[in-house]
Amino acid sequence: MTKARDNYVLDLRASRRGYALNRLCGSLKDEENRRRFSEDEAAYCDAYGLTPEQKKAVLERDWTAMLELGGSIFYTFKLAMLDNKSMQYLGGVFTGMSAEEFTAAMRSGGRKFG
Amino acid sequence: MARVVWGLATSHVPSIGAAMDNHKTEDPYWKPLFDGYEPARRWLAEHRPDVAVIVYNDHANSIDLDMVPTFAIGTAESYAVADEGWGRRPVPPVAGAPELSEHLVTELVDSSFDITTIHQLDVDHGLTVPLSVAYPDPGEAWPCAVVPVLVNVIQYPQPTAARCYALGKALGRAIRSFPQDLKVAVFGTGGMSHQLAGARAGLINERFDRMFLETVEGDPEALAALTREDYVREAGTEGIELIMWLVMRGALSDKILRVHDTYHVPASNTAAALALFEDLGDGDGAPA
Repeated sequence: MTKARDNYVLDLRASRRGYALNRLCGSLKDEENRRRFSEDEAAYCDAYGLTPEQKKAVLERDWTAMLELGGSIFYTFKLAMLDNKSMQYLGGVFTGMSAEEFTAAMRSGGRKFG
Repeated sequence: MARVVWGLATSHVPSIGAAMDNHKTEDPYWKPLFDGYEPARRWLAEHRPDVAVIVYNDHANSIDLDMVPTFAIGTAESYAVADEGWGRRPVPPVAGAPELSEHLVTELVDSSFDITTIHQLDVDHGLTVPLSVAYPDPGEAWPCAVVPVLVNVIQYPQPTAARCYALGKALGRAIRSFPQDLKVAVFGTGGMSHQLAGARAGLINERFDRMFLETVEGDPEALAALTREDYVREAGTEGIELIMWLVMRGALSDKILRVHDTYHVPASNTAAALALFEDLGDGDGAPA
């Protein structure tokens, strides 16, 4: 199952912690950067000054670890899109489901809490 | 003088735009959502504004974490459509209304709202998807010019709901004091309940959504009184985007008519809604 926390609020502490990681993911909005990243992911991480933990999370596509290290979903989603991974896939990763199971849960009215 | 003619609240989910761009609106997954838009679209086709003031948030495309303005207004002649990481949407660039932008910035700063101005702004799905919801077939150009009004809803602390509602009130006054005879529409975008990350990913709180959709018409003060923690708890980390609906609602008169609304789950990982209000208060003194 997932090791994700309930909630990830991008406060200023998280924003400082995740600065390099979010900056890297944000850079993927540009086609040239997507090409450069794909050519040598590790070098690209180094160029953006990621910590070793952040670099490992990016290279291993550990989506929950990226959040723990200050990543914002609006940024890490750009990396997911580069991999052709949907938001339903990520939702599944965070909740211990497959993309299909997560999609089915959304179609049945979403997940309920409280 | 300029008039506020209508207000539209709508979700700005990227996949709503992608469904339109990829001709999937008749697919079983998407058809119910787009069918829900249809009555609003028919009305909007007959009520074209000169300018749309679109209250939205950027999603890491023009505004990064180097500098996060709480409230900002685009002041340019035109805005390019952003590449958000998966290529640009095949929709027209957005024409600005720089004279109205300048007027709004001046009036709002004079009303003690400290507005950031943005001259270079690529507009992302937060702005283009609401335009597409209203105008599905723009052809070579959108039917109206646009003033982008940006709200930080991504980095905590977001502005309070009360502050957003007050901004809307000041925005409405500022629009009505613009000396040109313009018909101005106001969009409030984002929402409804959704959370994209964490163990609560996929959260849908239909009870809260329907309460908000109903209450925004007649008792927006009650929604303005909720804290940001209330929004995050009830509507999810991203459901706090609903505070942007309150900017729109504040810009309208007290006298409004609900033309149409619709609610649908899911649009990607969120609940999606639309609410369209005609402003009936023009010309006879809008509320202070």
